[in-house]
Amino acid sequence: MSKQYQDHLGRPIIVVTGMGVVTSLGRGKDDNWAALTSGTSGIRKISRFPTDGLNTEIAGTVDFMNAEEVSAPAISYAMADATTEEAMSQAGFGRDGFPGPLYFAAPPVELEWQHRFALMEEQTQGEPGYDRLHRSARADKHENMHSLIQLGTIAYRIADNYGTKGLPISLSTACASGATAIQQGIEAIRRGDTQAALCVASDGSVTCEGLIRFSLLSALTTQNEKPEKASKPFSKDRDGFVMSEGSAALVLETLEHAKNRGARILGTVMGVGEKADKFHRTRSSPDGVPVITAMREGLADAGLEDKPVDYINAHGTSTPENDRMEYNSLKAIFGDAIESIPISSNKSMIGHTLTAGGAVEAVFSFLTMQTGTIPPTINYDNPDPDIPLDVVPNVKRDAQVNTVLSNSFGFGGQNACLVLGADVA
Amino acid sequence: MNKQASEVWITGVGLVSCFGEGAEHHWNVLSGDKAPAPIRDCERFAPYCVHPLPEIDWSAQIPRRGDQRQMENWQRLGTYTAGLALDDAGVKEDEDLISTMDLVVAAGGGERDIETDNSIMNDATSRNDRDHLLLERLPNDLRPTLFLAQLSNLLAGNISIVHKVTGSSRTYMGEENAGITAIENAAARIAAGQSTHALVGGSYNAERPDLLLSMELNHLLARDSNAPVWARQEAGGGVICGTAGAFLVLEAADFARARGAKCYAKIASIKSDLGSREEAATHTRIAAMFDETVGERTIDAVISGAAGSAPITALELAALRERFGADMPIRAFTSLTGHPLEANFPLGVALAALALKNHHFYPPFEQAETAADRQPASILVTAFGSWKGEGVAVVEAV
Repeated sequence: MSKQYQDHLGRPIIVVTGMGVVTSLGRGKDDNWAALTSGTSGIRKISRFPTDGLNTEIAGTVDFMNAEEVSAPAISYAMADATTEEAMSQAGFGRDGFPGPLYFAAPPVELEWQHRFALMEEQTQGEPGYDRLHRSARADKHENMHSLIQLGTIAYRIADNYGTKGLPISLSTACASGATAIQQGIEAIRRGDTQAALCVASDGSVTCEGLIRFSLLSALTTQNEKPEKASKPFSKDRDGFVMSEGSAALVLETLEHAKNRGARILGTVMGVGEKADKFHRTRSSPDGVPVITAMREGLADAGLEDKPVDYINAHGTSTPENDRMEYNSLKAIFGDAIESIPISSNKSMIGHTLTAGGAVEAVFSFLTMQTGTIPPTINYDNPDPDIPLDVVPNVKRDAQVNTVLSNSFGFGGQNACLVLGADVA
Repeated sequence: MNKQASEVWITGVGLVSCFGEGAEHHWNVLSGDKAPAPIRDCERFAPYCVHPLPEIDWSAQIPRRGDQRQMENWQRLGTYTAGLALDDAGVKEDEDLISTMDLVVAAGGGERDIETDNSIMNDATSRNDRDHLLLERLPNDLRPTLFLAQLSNLLAGNISIVHKVTGSSRTYMGEENAGITAIENAAARIAAGQSTHALVGGSYNAERPDLLLSMELNHLLARDSNAPVWARQEAGGGVICGTAGAFLVLEAADFARARGAKCYAKIASIKSDLGSREEAATHTRIAAMFDETVGERTIDAVISGAAGSAPITALELAALRERFGADMPIRAFTSLTGHPLEANFPLGVALAALALKNHHFYPPFEQAETAADRQPASILVTAFGSWKGEGVAVVEAV
């Protein structure tokens, strides 16, 4: 491998040549970017199911995908297929084959209430409950229902649609999953296992039960009156995240591979850092060490050490604890310089796309570098004085951005930080 | 797992199955002159049999009651088994080693509250506004902690909390393929120098009507059958699920040598794939996987994770016999332990490691299996998923 194709550690430079995205703001990069840079919110009152009496009645649902049914697996698959198609098309790969594996950040799927009720109706006899559902299952094969609720299915379908190589891989690191999918692609390429990897993440799990589960953990905002104002990262009156849906796909390949096939390069994946936390199931270590370590390792992996990046795409969930912890960790790394690094949270507009977040925000980070426009943190009307950051308040900003730190943290002590760069060509 | 900068050693084994707990215990139970009788419960979920959880004192590996309460049995079993593997490798108290250890977990979805589900279904029979019924019931009936017991990556999260394994943490999903990917990923990273030591494995709780339902929707389960897995094929096949946990400590050979670790065996090669289960396509794919993993190696024995479902289990046996001859000793452990989905491949690799360390192979697990006539130095492990996906590994003596 010649020097021009190597990074600072002699590893292959990894570039992105295709991207696709779906969020509550719309389908595709163009619609999303127009909305995101104009400070538009995709958060609204939930219409998918009744919410009477629930503490939280808003979400960033994706209701325009024509999924085969309204369920988490069906919506997640429809979005994943749409973003993969967009990314593959941009990268110049058709449906006839992709020269690498699929890493898919998979949403939690299982049988939903509509399925249980439907199975229950198929039998007229016996106590309602799982015994009766078992009898319905025994009486007739339900191949499609079975397929939908297997945790590997979305990846199998995407792999089949686009001809990726080998066993399609489904993964979860909770709300860091999207970043983990990209991390896995990076590692496989650096191992020399492949020259290219397709990294996809999708989450369409705003169901009644899903919403209630997050609500019971007191993780969600209850500011229902003005849905578009509810997600307010780094604001003093933030009170939880907004559950949302979305998907993103990125085609990763070595610079050499991309050049040899004449692909257009959209940006570089410079590095990744990861560190697990042992403190608590839903909370980060109070000293921030795992998060700090993940960021430091990402910066070192990218050859930046503690040098300031041009922009930080925050995890910025709008929960009281996350935003404070993220600030403290950034401050520990960058010192006072942190106050002059622009940092914004896409979640102020799209909410928390959970499994998909890290990948969705990586796509937006690349678009930030490509267009020289930093999307704002909207709803920043009441700054938290304990978090003195330049959050690009409320209005987009023109700036040349060549390096981005994109953070993702998840329940279960998951921390993954990507360092992304502008086009190297 | 292309290039090997480093050999991948298995230095710790943690096992729980219907037979009990511990690596040595499993070796003792399974390696006698005659295979033990399988332990099955065919009453509780009739017409389905399951291999149940053995009696376990969770406190032995999960000392804090508070931690135990935050989990249901799937996560408890995984966290417990992970602790057994760390103990077996002799690293449990080595804080520096544990805090840099990579964690790779194969997970399914977690437990539901079956009583609540049943009760809501019962109420639903007299209601047309079922959406509103859910609004009335779920906020009051769901326990907040149950959500955390449900999240797939929270098995890994609990292992980090209880055992302090925090180098990195990845969770793979996709039924049997989760276990295949977990082992493949951990081994590939160690082989390539991306990791020096990892804890990898998974657990499965078969005693869950929701999971049995998930498989039976596609008619994957055996009904009213107590037959071992190869014999079961004559009656159309079917899966008998088994509760089990299997975790391995994998280390780069140099890393293991430097700390004076004992070594069970090494993972020499792994290959996984997925495609059509149509007979000809499956045959071609399996043959290619054998070519890539086995190559010119001599295989002494096979540990099969045969799921039991048709047509794949019959196709697997035919492919093994075609490639390795009718006399090859093949042991389908699922006849004895049941099929532990995500934990299947880790369990198979663990059983191969035990045989290689003890220079001896297992007795036939059912009549169709041939007795071994030599001590094994190289064992092929298979995990051909009940519905989709296949993995094979070669595990060798060091």
